[in-house]
Amino acid sequence: MRHLLSTGDLSRDEATLILDTATELAQVGDRSVKKLPTLRGRTVVNLFYEDSTRTRTSFELAAKRLSADVINFSAKGSSVSKGESLKDTALTLQAMGADGVVIRHSASGAPHRLAGWVDGSVLNAGDGTHEHPTQALLDAFTMRSRLGRLEGLRVAVVGDILHSRVARSNVLLLTTLGAQVTLVAPPTLLPVSVYTWPCEVSYDLDEVLPKADVVMMLRVQAERMRDSFFPSVREYSRNYGLDGERLGRMPADAIVMHPGPMVRGMEISAEVADSPRCTVTEQVANGVSLRMAVLYLLLGGS
Amino acid sequence: MHARKPPRDDDESDARASKTPEGTRAVLDGNEINRALTRIAHEVLERTKGAHDVTLLGIPSRGVPLARRLARRIERVEDLDVPTGSLDITMYRDDLRLAPARALGKTEIPVGGLDDRVVVLVDDVLFSGRTVRAALDALGDLGRPRAVQLAVLVDRGHRELPIRADYVGKNLPTSLRESVTVQVEETDGLDAVLLGPSGPSPSTVLKGGLRPGALQYPDSLQGSETTEGDL
Repeated sequence: MRHLLSTGDLSRDEATLILDTATELAQVGDRSVKKLPTLRGRTVVNLFYEDSTRTRTSFELAAKRLSADVINFSAKGSSVSKGESLKDTALTLQAMGADGVVIRHSASGAPHRLAGWVDGSVLNAGDGTHEHPTQALLDAFTMRSRLGRLEGLRVAVVGDILHSRVARSNVLLLTTLGAQVTLVAPPTLLPVSVYTWPCEVSYDLDEVLPKADVVMMLRVQAERMRDSFFPSVREYSRNYGLDGERLGRMPADAIVMHPGPMVRGMEISAEVADSPRCTVTEQVANGVSLRMAVLYLLLGGS
Repeated sequence: MHARKPPRDDDESDARASKTPEGTRAVLDGNEINRALTRIAHEVLERTKGAHDVTLLGIPSRGVPLARRLARRIERVEDLDVPTGSLDITMYRDDLRLAPARALGKTEIPVGGLDDRVVVLVDDVLFSGRTVRAALDALGDLGRPRAVQLAVLVDRGHRELPIRADYVGKNLPTSLRESVTVQVEETDGLDAVLLGPSGPSPSTVLKGGLRPGALQYPDSLQGSETTEGDL
């Protein structure tokens, strides 16, 4: 494995290795010296064409904890705003000797193109509505550390599946790892090809909730919507939002996840977001360990 | 390497013959390993004047069970509790770039930490000394021990760094063309130190990575059952 472009490329052994490595690296956060010398002298470029706080800082911190040199490159304030193409930007980074490129781009497939142009490893940090592999891996990591297993776990992914790269990555990864995924969304927010995905589909949240070990809420990505997909926010929230009453109908040990950013009052109520069963901040913390694991496994060897 | 054979109830000589892989010979058997560990336990007690502030850290994979056994022996002689843990050195290796990324072993630092303790590192084979160098670097990031000592079951020579062991189970003069393999009951089903012809090339010979080969060779996840000496 040289690049991490899609969770669909990962075998079960590879995915498990990443999770196991992250488990070990999670200890580094508790030590007096929160740094390992492993990637000393290697350069990681964060190439972000889309806004991001969580993912970029998480990758930056992960690379720094492994002693890599990190260059942050955002489309704003760079030659991209002067009209430079992705390929020319990539070749510039290549000439500077980047060992790893973390890319977020609004176009699905941009990381795949990039992987053909540069010698270093390419890590997909979200491409359009396609995939977000490290998010899915950290979600799986959080499930495994909270619930102790992934095999046989029933996971409901609820919300804007159509525009979500997190949903696709999670479906592919969790299926590989033996969990059963059910997508829950209004018909308008499901991709046309959803029947080809290895998962079940439901339009009724209340039917799925009592049978779910994990409920993952997704934000409605208004910035990607050019049409109206549901009549009103109130109606969406009433049908597909997770509130305290619905939380009460979930199994007692079931957890609520959210990749962030959350919109309180829309897909998740403040009561649920602040409940101890909601793992949002835990997911962020696990994100650093998980990204350290991925960076180590991709850049640490020969 | 050698396939693991299920434990058998045959008489000892038969069991030993059947488990010694072809081309190798046992240099130490189970009883001899036990005696060596008992002697090292006494030496630790003597050198550290009662082992009151001793913490044992085994280096994965074979060093960990050896550290636990050493702790039990010290506790048996002197009525005290010896904190025991493990220290994985993979992230501190100096040859990471020579092979695909390795799987990590476990690092478990006993409660109470390492500050002002006498840390005794425990490993199976002392060879080039590079594992120990990596372990010393790792220790520096985990705390500040009062002193660090090194206990090994076998010292096979051929040091590449100025490192020596404080406690040695057996000095075993070897040629570079030979390999030393330590098997312990906890992971291999029986105790033995085997001397054989040099095994696979150095890039596949792993120490510290429980599952060698990592990403590129998922087939080898269940691979080597034995440790091939030091780095």
